[in-house]
Amino acid sequence: MSLEKFISEAISPWMKNDGDESDIVLSSRIRLARNLKDYSFPIIATTEEASLVVKQVKEHFEKEKYDQYGPFELLEMDDMKPNEKKVLVEKHLISPQLSDESKKGAVLLSSDESLSIMVNEEDHLRIQCLFSGFQLSEGLVLASGIDDWIESKLHYAFDERKGYITSCPTNVGTGLRASVMMHLPALVITKQLNKILPAINQLGLVVRGIYGEGSEALGNLFQISNQITLGKSEEDIVEDLRGVVLQLIHQERAAREMLLQSSKLHLEDRVYRSYGILAYARTIESKEAAQRLSDVRLGIDLKILKELSASILNELMILTQPGFLQQYAGEILSPDQRDERRAALIRERLNLEIEKFN
Amino acid sequence: MLCHECNKREATLHFTKILNGEKNEIHLCDQCAREKGEYLPGSNGFSIHQLLSGLLNFEQPIQNSPSRSLQSEQQCKKCGMTFHQFARAGRFGCAECYETFNHKLDPMLKRVHSGNTVHIGKIPKRIGTGIQLQRKIVQLKEQLQQHISKEEFEEAAKLRDEIRSLEKLAQQSGGEG
Ligand SMILES: [Zn+2]
Ligand SMILES: [Zn+2]
Repeated sequence: MSLEKFISEAISPWMKNDGDESDIVLSSRIRLARNLKDYSFPIIATTEEASLVVKQVKEHFEKEKYDQYGPFELLEMDDMKPNEKKVLVEKHLISPQLSDESKKGAVLLSSDESLSIMVNEEDHLRIQCLFSGFQLSEGLVLASGIDDWIESKLHYAFDERKGYITSCPTNVGTGLRASVMMHLPALVITKQLNKILPAINQLGLVVRGIYGEGSEALGNLFQISNQITLGKSEEDIVEDLRGVVLQLIHQERAAREMLLQSSKLHLEDRVYRSYGILAYARTIESKEAAQRLSDVRLGIDLKILKELSASILNELMILTQPGFLQQYAGEILSPDQRDERRAALIRERLNLEIEKFN
Repeated sequence: MLCHECNKREATLHFTKILNGEKNEIHLCDQCAREKGEYLPGSNGFSIHQLLSGLLNFEQPIQNSPSRSLQSEQQCKKCGMTFHQFARAGRFGCAECYETFNHKLDPMLKRVHSGNTVHIGKIPKRIGTGIQLQRKIVQLKEQLQQHISKEEFEEAAKLRDEIRSLEKLAQQSGGEG
């Protein structure tokens, strides 16, 4: 398969849309946790019970009209090969838990993959909407709509005082987790992020590296999400997160401006060195690849590199993960082989850009 | 210690994963941990639950004393989960667990949800009709009191009628609740 074709099939259609502030906010996600009344939660459910939950959900999706959101494809974990599941995890469409630990786990995917509904993960249902750029409110409206549509027939576990009942009490109430994925290289380079993080935590929000831990985030990509799900309305949760994200965008822009003015030469050097390594390396570990890709993306955003498209960071962060590398290779690879394939895939991808430019 | 996955690099991450009540020690290097997807979004499967267990254990410092363990043997009538099991797994077994362990729940919810214990967000459209009506009735009654205190009796009478018809509706839909 040609790389171009592989990429076009590998990258979810929703990722190709442009969202607001997409130079800094790469994507927005809304997740609603829901459970069916009268059924044990997945943690203790028997196989029969878990199958019944899948059956109910499946029937609903088959019988009811879903023109607005559908069509959906139902994928059951038991029917899938390990690497197929891995690829879905790497696309953030399902969680590792659903892939590896669930009993009768399944996922319903909309055709553009912006909507995924996990069945029998930690909760019976996990409704997830993914949008490119900064589009939290849009995500909430969509998720809430599909939530209503499912609830029109299925009986949810809901309590007047505790709200939507979830298996883990950290999700009870709204069951809502709103999050954004942000690229914050300038705040990391200028060492400002470590000062900002504690303040964000105090506001009831969680910041984590997306492909790494804590402040050592791979590719300077951070996920910021709400922690509190109880005692606040969905709109307020999203609004509070939005406010903080806007602040972060502002600060990242200011830090980029400062870098350009105070150390343009060093910045250019850093960007071109990383570009050089990505363009010529014969083997590269995921950690280094992520850092170099982040530098290159910063270079694109700051117009230091003009002939590249901004989407390469997002694309290559996903495509250079083990599952995708193995899918592209058509076989299981050892870590060393992956590093070699990773370098080759990045080189090929950059070549596509150069061909396009010429 | 070498990483259990690749047996090549030094293991830098050590964690205990609790799966269906069973403890597993896991030792991984940075890279393998990432590649296993342990840190991908949504994979906070154990970290958050362990944190929760921590909170719960803190609430029960004398776990080993016999009277304590007897007391904590309280069981959910529907799914059979004990509070001990919950404290270990960090997850409830069914919706009724919330009622069974209600008295132990609020202090924990307060910690996790910055002092909140009551839901004020969305109400399900279909099964929540009754609850929505109740919320509306409470609102209208507050308005009614305001009108009465301002001696706006015409407005008050209108509201009283509206409240009565809503209460009738609530009674009719009460059966489904
Ligand atoms: Zn390893
Ligand atoms: Zn129970």
